[in-house]
Amino acid sequence: MEQYLIYNSLNYPILTVLVAVPLFGSLITLFIRGDKYLKIWGLVVTLTTAVLSLPLYSNFDLTTAKYQFAEFRNWIPFAKINYVLGVDGISILLVLLTTLVMPLCILCSWTYIKERFKEFICVMLIMEAAMVGVFVSLDTVLFFIFWEAMLVPMYLIIAVWGGPRKDYASIKFFLYTLIGSIFLFVAIIAMYVTTGTFFIPELMAHQFSFSYQMWIFWAFTLAFAIKVPMWPVHTWLPAAHVEAPTAGSVILASILLKMGGYGFLRFCLPIAPAATIYCMPYLIAISIMSIIFGGYLALGQNDVKRLIAYSSVGHMGFVTLGIFLLNDVGIKGAILQMVNHGVTTGALFICVGIIYERTHSREISDNSALGMLMPIYVTFLVIFSLSSLAFPGTNSFVGEFLVLMASFSKYKLVGGLAVIGAILAAAYMLRLVQKMVWADSDGHMHHGEKSHLFDLNFRETGTLAFLAIFVFWIGLNPGPFLKIMDTSTLHLLQQLEDGRKAMPAGHGEYHALLNGVGESIRHLVAFK
Amino acid sequence: MTLFLPELALLLTAVVFFFASLGKIKGARLQGLGILFSGLAVLISLYSYGMQGSLFFNAYRVDAFSQIFKVIIAFGLFIVIYLGNGLYGIDDVLQPEYFLFLTLSAFGLMVMSSAVELITIILCLEIHSFALFIIIPFRKKGAYRQQMEAGIKYALFGAAASGISLYGISYIFGMTHTTYLADLVKIIPGVILKKPLMLVGLVMLLGGFFYKLALFPMHFWAPDVYEGAANETSGFVATLPKVGAVALLIRLISLAGVDAAQFTWVLMAFAVLSMTFGNLAALVQNDIKRLLAYSSIAHAGYVMVGLLCATEFGYLSGVYYIAGYLLMNLACFFVIYNLAPQGENITFADLSGLYKRSPLLALTLAVGAFGLAGIPPTIGFTGKLFLFTAAIKKGMYGLIILAVINTGIAIFYYLKMVRAAYTSVESQASPLNLKLSTSILGIFFIAIILLLGTFPQGFMSVAREAIAAAM
Repeated sequence: MEQYLIYNSLNYPILTVLVAVPLFGSLITLFIRGDKYLKIWGLVVTLTTAVLSLPLYSNFDLTTAKYQFAEFRNWIPFAKINYVLGVDGISILLVLLTTLVMPLCILCSWTYIKERFKEFICVMLIMEAAMVGVFVSLDTVLFFIFWEAMLVPMYLIIAVWGGPRKDYASIKFFLYTLIGSIFLFVAIIAMYVTTGTFFIPELMAHQFSFSYQMWIFWAFTLAFAIKVPMWPVHTWLPAAHVEAPTAGSVILASILLKMGGYGFLRFCLPIAPAATIYCMPYLIAISIMSIIFGGYLALGQNDVKRLIAYSSVGHMGFVTLGIFLLNDVGIKGAILQMVNHGVTTGALFICVGIIYERTHSREISDNSALGMLMPIYVTFLVIFSLSSLAFPGTNSFVGEFLVLMASFSKYKLVGGLAVIGAILAAAYMLRLVQKMVWADSDGHMHHGEKSHLFDLNFRETGTLAFLAIFVFWIGLNPGPFLKIMDTSTLHLLQQLEDGRKAMPAGHGEYHALLNGVGESIRHLVAFK
Repeated sequence: MTLFLPELALLLTAVVFFFASLGKIKGARLQGLGILFSGLAVLISLYSYGMQGSLFFNAYRVDAFSQIFKVIIAFGLFIVIYLGNGLYGIDDVLQPEYFLFLTLSAFGLMVMSSAVELITIILCLEIHSFALFIIIPFRKKGAYRQQMEAGIKYALFGAAASGISLYGISYIFGMTHTTYLADLVKIIPGVILKKPLMLVGLVMLLGGFFYKLALFPMHFWAPDVYEGAANETSGFVATLPKVGAVALLIRLISLAGVDAAQFTWVLMAFAVLSMTFGNLAALVQNDIKRLLAYSSIAHAGYVMVGLLCATEFGYLSGVYYIAGYLLMNLACFFVIYNLAPQGENITFADLSGLYKRSPLLALTLAVGAFGLAGIPPTIGFTGKLFLFTAAIKKGMYGLIILAVINTGIAIFYYLKMVRAAYTSVESQASPLNLKLSTSILGIFFIAIILLLGTFPQGFMSVAREAIAAAM
């Protein structure tokens, strides 16, 4: 174990605490009466969790790729299932993202949720525990338990507090995600039977045969691609996003979607390296499809939430593209892009929630020309929209730039296609901003005509300002964030390289598909 | 004498009910008596765990294996009696008799788990079945007439299934000249691959227990009987006989030895057909009890996956799964039972808005249904994890892929139940006020389904001893 883990040396078991505090907090909500106290309790618990998670950042050892802050306990000895937690450079940012976004989710539900507050806070806290659990588990069974346990609270968030078509959306969400993960379940058991362990680092170290790798690779990929979501299994996402309450949308966009990308990095690449390299062109092609389709569909939406949901498909396409370029810059760009998407899209959903509370409509046409009436609101809206289209100086610019750089350095064709996605992002976001801020406004305030459109209050400003800090922090100084993932990314690439070397010859022509396509296009162009 | 204590405790309970049927005790006091004495039986069977020995010319063996099943059966009976406030679905005058035969039926199952000789096994099976034949038609007269149909179906098919079992025994006896399992286990593995007749005999013998387990191809009674019988009877039929059947199936399947390929193939086909048929049929049901009947057919298939591995781990996971199934199914029946104060059948329409009427019942239903669907961290998930691990260890990938696809299908109808309970319709139905004792039972179900699912180690180490004793 010591070769993979650095045991926690803080004076409290930090990772267990991050899971346990929200879980116990959720139990205690059952005994609290009164919406006001419940809100405060939810905020206290999530803030405590956030504060307790900060030592992860300050005490993180940048020089090692081992799993840090690790804890190990026997759990079900006879089946060799252990309770192992740990974080490395890949997961630490996602853990912090989760703990920091959750207080905002409570804040943005402050007045949005009108009924069943007790259940709401309880479910949100269970959700937080499960999400942190997914990112810190180092045992496949533990990972799977958290992965699946998350479905139930999320289902309830959509089904109980959702919009008019919540029934359809929640069941679609549940079925899609679950059917994706049942094969993941078989893969986990199959790997256990082959290797005798559920411990993820040992599974990474094990050399599976090529055909075996292909099977588990596709089992993993199905589960994670649905979660990301990649084209063509993305259809649950717009439905879920549109119907979920604001906090549900924020959780979905900021954290749930990241689990797909995290799964690729934690399972597919290191455990099935040869299969990853072999299948890389297909995954890149699917990612490109996600980028272009997501952007194209977002262009045609009139519902603000739906527009942002489709933009998520496009943005997450950049993440999977970065991952499957399989080089240092691409993977770092992908991880950073995951964090960025969590910040930016989460913020955009909060913006939509705020305006929905005032106008009770998500149509762009009903929410137009807000510039004069809600100046603070539109300032934030523009900041996050620019961030979403990767405007230089904002966080997404750095992530997207890294991914594009990686793709141009590897395959020019892929880079060229991905740029289309970036252009589409500018098109749909600017259209949204133009309509919502200015539209046909004559630039003068007309008193009394839209009195319900009051500007942001202190709570809402604080929520959005917190995220805006990160937009500029990552945008202007991404160094510290990239440095955290440095060692782990290199280690991951080393694992891939080892996996490639261990494979017998015959699987060498990995890039035939992409090179072939590029070649034939070049011929076509030259012929004309 | 002490070896026989748990059985005596149940017999005592039956006698108490017999005298109660002569008097005028009814309602809550009768139920109190039942809770008291069946609770006593649980304690006694717990106390007698660990005893060993044989009785009745070695036809009856008391070991860790039989004792763990006795505990589960006594406990299941206790829960069935405890389910609600009195018997909603049974006529007042028949209530003592109802409890009497319920207890006798559980007694039959209890002795069955100790029986190690074929004729004894059939006798025990009949004690259990006859008692059940009588109580299935017990139901208040009302808009419901299906209880008669259910009673006749259960009795006729049950008799036929016993007949098939006996016929199978005649083959086995004819070829081996013994009915003792201890002797059979020495003979059968040698001949089962050479003599097809032995395979036929063994499968026919198992048929009687497939009937109890509601495994394909002996499943067809389940939906009609569940629907026709009173809610409390369905809760009993759906759970306890299956536990007894699993105990016997473990004993009988292990007769064939581990390398009986054709035998495994037959069981595999039954398992797959059972889960596929059960899950597909459950998708379109509207009556919740009927839905649970089809779901139980599917679950019989899952349990079979563990048993047909014929390994220690396979049996172990089978025991764990059936114990979990008992709890999760009883949790669902607990909700049905308390939703129907007149003993009527429950449909999806009755479930809607349940979370507003009674949050606790809605949560119990959600935990039970998600458990049956296999969502972690419930006992259903851990059970499936063990079952599938056992099967993959034997290299049965195809079987597991089919089982997993079935799990995916099944999610839909379990989710439909939860969805019905959690959708808010503007229903006029009044809030349900549960009694404290009922609420405690609901919380107990939620807690044990989650806890036993998260910490299976204790149960599994006990079950391992039991399996070791049986093999």
